Amino acid sequence: MNQDKTADEKPGGGYDPGGVRRQFAILGRNLAWLDNAATTQRPEGVLRAMDEFYRKHNANPRRSVHQLGTEATAAFEGARARVAEFIGAESPQEVVFTAGTTAAINLVTDGLARWDIGPGDEVWVSAVEHHSNWVPWQQAARRMGATLKVIPLTPEGRLNLDEFETGLQAHRTKWVAVAWVSNVLGVANDVQAVCRAAHAAGAQVLVDAAQAVAHLPVNVQALDCDFLAFSGHKMYGPMGSGVLWGKRALLEQVEPTVFGGEMIARVDEATSTWAEVPYRFEGGTPHVAGAVGLATAIDWLSEFPPEAHVYVADLARRAEEELAALPGVRVWGPRAERLSLVSFSVEGVHPHDVAQVLDSRGVEIRAGHLCAQPLMRRLGVESVARASFFPGNTVDDVRRLVEGVRAAQELFT
Amino acid sequence: MSVTDEIYQDLILHHSRRPRHYGPLPDATHAAAGDNPLCGDRYEVRLRLDEKSIIRDAAFEGSGCAISKASASLMLDTVIGLSRDEFEELFRTFHALVSGETPSPEAVAQLGKLAALSGIWKYPARVKCAILCWHAVHSALAGQAHASSEEEFASNSL
Ligand SMILES: Cc1ncc(COP(=O)(O)O)c(C=O)c1O
Repeated sequence: MNQDKTADEKPGGGYDPGGVRRQFAILGRNLAWLDNAATTQRPEGVLRAMDEFYRKHNANPRRSVHQLGTEATAAFEGARARVAEFIGAESPQEVVFTAGTTAAINLVTDGLARWDIGPGDEVWVSAVEHHSNWVPWQQAARRMGATLKVIPLTPEGRLNLDEFETGLQAHRTKWVAVAWVSNVLGVANDVQAVCRAAHAAGAQVLVDAAQAVAHLPVNVQALDCDFLAFSGHKMYGPMGSGVLWGKRALLEQVEPTVFGGEMIARVDEATSTWAEVPYRFEGGTPHVAGAVGLATAIDWLSEFPPEAHVYVADLARRAEEELAALPGVRVWGPRAERLSLVSFSVEGVHPHDVAQVLDSRGVEIRAGHLCAQPLMRRLGVESVARASFFPGNTVDDVRRLVEGVRAAQELFT
Repeated sequence: MSVTDEIYQDLILHHSRRPRHYGPLPDATHAAAGDNPLCGDRYEVRLRLDEKSIIRDAAFEGSGCAISKASASLMLDTVIGLSRDEFEELFRTFHALVSGETPSPEAVAQLGKLAALSGIWKYPARVKCAILCWHAVHSALAGQAHASSEEEFASNSL
């Protein structure tokens, strides 16, 4: 492969993935982990921080007067402050810890009782949404008798914001739910423009940032969205950790839907009152180790040099170009704009068979509908294959990917 | 053992490229769809039973991976001529085989070429593919219009 011309060009201006790679014992199996968009692996530091919480500080936060309880509270609220800083929130009180993106979005869609939404009103999602930012809105709209509308795609695969803006109806459009980065197409959507247009029509915007947080600088004020959701496990943090951020005044409007301990101000036999935001949304003992791991992952990922992100985009572009150059391979989404992933189809070979052959060579990719069946239908396929990168992947991983796809073609066609 | 020995044997590749019994069955008496929610794959299976409830003809149509297609092709080859009870017994044997159990040699002999799928038990995520159209035939015989390989999740400790 060293004779290969493209392979000699250094991606990411000479950034060396070795330092990052060494922090992931799991990659020592000579795995090319190219399923980072589904879940990243966790560096040693994150694992250690979680372990340390359980070994040294474990207790329920916010309800114990003892020493460990105090330490657990400090760890949990410290993590909240770290998240707030990471996303540019006005205050940690705007940060709700959840089990992940899906839980965060459902928290909003289940808590819409105070929004006056009914027949004739509209809720929008975009054509690229993951099921977790589609089904909750679909179900909420059905429940409330509102209409679900879809921001369509341009022929190149970008959100068609012209059609969105013409379709918006002042005072009728109530909510817009949009992914910052599609987990299938891998390009950043202009969510700022979506927010501007939606706000002009009086609607709120929830941004699904699950695929953005590991790759783009996040600032909720600059985006000017109303709610933002993401998962810890897609950004080197633990599974079961995640965040809903909301503008304070709007979070106040969301009804809590998980009732129990921790989330109340006072309980009488027949009635209860709620704790302050964000605690009213965190009923039950929370995943403190998860929050600690997430905050540690934020520290860790914030230390990537800017070249690391350029490097990841270079790997994705290289994969895109080399795959697209194979006869019978089709790459999905706008060309040459991808942040970290590439989805593709191989003529005559089912994505699961592509993934199986790659797996037999230690190359781990995702195949399936990627939880985006409405988008799959628009693309005219049932499923696709997807390779997704992080700063610990190498040019050799890309080579193994492309060679594996060629091997699958040879086997099946 | 490599993936080509374990699951992508020549016989499987051959049936996936040129599946038998692929297409419509205009005089079908029983039909069901099978969905694999993992990949969105969907097949339609159609059967023609005679008055004694023997499967006289069968066909399938739809999109899916090499394993689901080859399994359907080989299975329909085998089940034509069987009664409902005989099908159910074959299904149990096949299910046991692809789940990594060891059915009796006589039972396996009944499977004939389907035994080529025996290595799949090492790939639990793909067992659902191998069994998708079997579920559809099972549903069709039971008079249900729909089957999902998702049921496999509960029995498969992935
Ligand atoms: C864009 C997008 N949104 C939402 C989710 C759901 O995240 P989780 O499963 O962590 O709730 C994912 C993860 O697959 C995603 O890629």
